[in-house]
Amino acid sequence: MEFGFYGSYGGQYVPETLMSAIQELEQAYEYFKGDPGFRRELDLLLQNYAGRPSLLYYAENLTKNVGGAKIYLKREDLNHTGSHKINNVLGQTLLARRMGKKRIIAETGAGQHGVAAATAAALMGLECEVFMGKEDMERQALNVFRMELLGARVHQVTSGTMTLKDAVNEAMREWSRRVDDTLYVLGSVMGPHPYPMMVRDFQRVIGTELKKQMLEREGRLPDAVVACVGGGSNAMGAFYDFITDSSVRLIGCEAAGRGIESGQHAATIAKGSLGVLHGMKSLFCQDEYGQIDPVYSISAGLDYPGIGPEHAYLHDTGRARYVPVTDEEAVQAFEYLSRQEGIIPALESAHGVAYAVKLARELEKDQIVAVCLSGRGDKDVAAIARYKGGDLYE
Amino acid sequence: MSKIAEAFQGKKAFIAYLMAGDPDLATSAEYILAAQEAGADLIEIGIPFSDPIAEGEVIQQAGIRALKAGARLDRIFEMVTSLQGKIRAPIVFMTYLNPVFVYGYDRFFKKCRDIGVCGIIIPDLPFEQQQEAADPAAEYGIEVIALVAPTSSERISRIAKDAKGFIYLVSSLGVTGVRNEIKTDIRARVEELRAVTSLPIAVGFGISTPEQAAEYSQYADGVIVGSAIVSLIGEYGGKARGPLKEYIANMKAALR
Repeated sequence: MEFGFYGSYGGQYVPETLMSAIQELEQAYEYFKGDPGFRRELDLLLQNYAGRPSLLYYAENLTKNVGGAKIYLKREDLNHTGSHKINNVLGQTLLARRMGKKRIIAETGAGQHGVAAATAAALMGLECEVFMGKEDMERQALNVFRMELLGARVHQVTSGTMTLKDAVNEAMREWSRRVDDTLYVLGSVMGPHPYPMMVRDFQRVIGTELKKQMLEREGRLPDAVVACVGGGSNAMGAFYDFITDSSVRLIGCEAAGRGIESGQHAATIAKGSLGVLHGMKSLFCQDEYGQIDPVYSISAGLDYPGIGPEHAYLHDTGRARYVPVTDEEAVQAFEYLSRQEGIIPALESAHGVAYAVKLARELEKDQIVAVCLSGRGDKDVAAIARYKGGDLYE
Repeated sequence: MSKIAEAFQGKKAFIAYLMAGDPDLATSAEYILAAQEAGADLIEIGIPFSDPIAEGEVIQQAGIRALKAGARLDRIFEMVTSLQGKIRAPIVFMTYLNPVFVYGYDRFFKKCRDIGVCGIIIPDLPFEQQQEAADPAAEYGIEVIALVAPTSSERISRIAKDAKGFIYLVSSLGVTGVRNEIKTDIRARVEELRAVTSLPIAVGFGISTPEQAAEYSQYADGVIVGSAIVSLIGEYGGKARGPLKEYIANMKAALR
């Protein structure tokens, strides 16, 4: 597609100061993605450092308890650092080093991308600074400390809604101050071109493995692939290799917070409209004057008012479907999976689990639902306790 | 000659940025006229946006104040309309692409023409994506002002080729805000630009003192001041008229 557009979504809407950096990245990525040395180095890191391939786990207890289609979990939570974020971060940090950059900066919501960035920077000997909303630092205190342990500096963002959206604003501002020696390692399939494409390419490994593992185990493709969507990187990675397999339903689960009619949600596809933010044209939760709405989700990683441009496009073409999942449904799924399988999912991923369970119930027993379990839930234990009325603090 | 180009005729231009609706819309109308009385040759009116990625702390805060005070786009248009007959200095809007895009390019630029706005500065609309807004703007005679940054290097000639009104030369890396020291060689940048454009060149980002204004106006055709003005309004609120006029008059007098 032309110039990083997916239908009418995408593009490069950034200040002139950043254009040279974006174009430098675009050229470097185009070069290195075809470079066998780069590819080999990344593949080795994914294997020997991140722990890929990640398991495809048949959730037998869950399946029996639900009484419908077979449920498989793609265990991205077992990756080093505990989520799918490491796939992209290893790619971009390696690229930063090949580009001769000394420093990476990153935004983070739940802290998973920030932790992954801090980890990769420690491994590759680069400086790392992470921007995180004040509110998110409070609800994900453990991840803040992890980043600091890894040698990163965490900047508290107090502008706007003090969440992921504002962390992206601040990371872009910081990048415009220091473009020469710094690469902005963006954590999702969003932002200006080439990020949506590049992050998708780095996350694509999820779907590639899933397909291969499913064919080995079941001799067939799944009937549905389900994943949670904030910006949408784990979903895009899980979906991408299945796009041409029309028998496979692709379902993204958006954060419906306290319900999509409550005004307190982050359900961009359900409630958003076309706009321009963070370097991209896409769908956003906003008012009639183009002011971005404050959004809400119990999960910091889905608490974002936009969605990656390629998801908006897949929605338009009908190839993927996007469904809202509330806080309550996610918390129930969080507990359900924990008790049925002994696997504590990230709250973000629990949105996907919640819908997968619902879907499996409607399908036949010989059908298969695969869920991308994008991260592990240790970071969310205190938040769940608070949701249930406890006062557990980290 | 466009009204914007006229602002640079026979003099160095002082360009004042004020945030619409800070502290409230009626007062910002008064301050815009005060800026003109004090000698501002061109006025940039900021339309607040929830996520201004090119702004530093000062203008971010002004935007938050303005949005809280109800500076919605339709009311900003009414405020600008109320200036008609009193304002001689050309007005350009400065805002981000989303408020313009969501309002609708045609509808927005038609409105600009109807209320006497001559141009627009959109920091998150780089040269490559500019056409989608610049074409409809041109239909209504609205000039989309191009920005050139310290990192633009070989992009300069392409940016200048299609530029309208004046060239906004961004003095420094980073975001808007007062700076004690500007490291970019402004003189060299202006010379580079002169080789590829005959449009007036105005320098902005980080300028706050008469000394800086004096220095950069030796090379460029004008200087742009935003954060220093906005912070006066932040400090004095509804009582900023006096300090604002004094500050602008001093800056204007420093231009060479």
